Amino acid sequence: MTSTDASPAIVPSFGSEAASGRKLAIICSKGSLDMAYPGLILANAALGEGCEVHLFFTFWGFDMINKKTMGDLKFTMLGNTATHMPQGLGGLPGMTGMATSKLKKSIADLDVPEVPEFLEQIVASGGHLWACRMSADMNQLTKEDLYDDVEDIINAAQFIEMTEGAQLLFI
Amino acid sequence: MPVTTLNGQEIHVNEEGFLTDPSEWDEALGTALAEQIGIALTEEHWNAIRFLRKDFDDVGETPTLRRVSTVGGIPIKTLFVLFPQKPAKKMAYVSGLPKPHGCV
Repeated sequence: MTSTDASPAIVPSFGSEAASGRKLAIICSKGSLDMAYPGLILANAALGEGCEVHLFFTFWGFDMINKKTMGDLKFTMLGNTATHMPQGLGGLPGMTGMATSKLKKSIADLDVPEVPEFLEQIVASGGHLWACRMSADMNQLTKEDLYDDVEDIINAAQFIEMTEGAQLLFI
Repeated sequence: MPVTTLNGQEIHVNEEGFLTDPSEWDEALGTALAEQIGIALTEEHWNAIRFLRKDFDDVGETPTLRRVSTVGGIPIKTLFVLFPQKPAKKMAYVSGLPKPHGCV
């Protein structure tokens, strides 16, 4: 079927299945809505490029995988000068709720899923989710409290061991 | 833009090999493009490809993986099996469309 023309067809290089071997480790340490997305978006993009991806949720990042909080992350103007609004406004009652629903709407408008559904997509794409042992102990949470697809609660050393040779992002 | 010949047909491609004119594509060419990257197309592949083509016609943009799954109804897991490693780019290539621009 293919051409035997003098100049060979230009074929994109998608890398060979065996050769890829690129590994990305992302540490998610924040529990606010705006800081949850960078890790999720990069994880998803890396999976689409054929990388092996591990996400480690620690400290406030635990809110991203805690069943009680994962669907209800918030965004606040307080302490965030990038909203370019007077800081005093952020402290008024209801402002965090308003800012959160506004941000959620902008995200949904781009057809980017909410956090729980985003995690589901990442797992479906082959990504791995890990919870931090110390954060679980501090908050007295067990695996039952966490999103079902979290593979395990592991300590920092186990995570470092498992991501040997990986590129690492701390968010 | 380079011109290349595939399946006895002249096609315009970018420097990576993606078609620059989606109207030069037909299903026979899709089969040939898939062969270039080592994929033998099954009916399941065609479901995805036909959705990409239709969605591109409707929206003017190559759908992202998420869109193929939420709007096209093909689970992401399946897409990774059909077009291993880099499903979004591979599907776009075989469908004669540009790479998707969206992040998610």
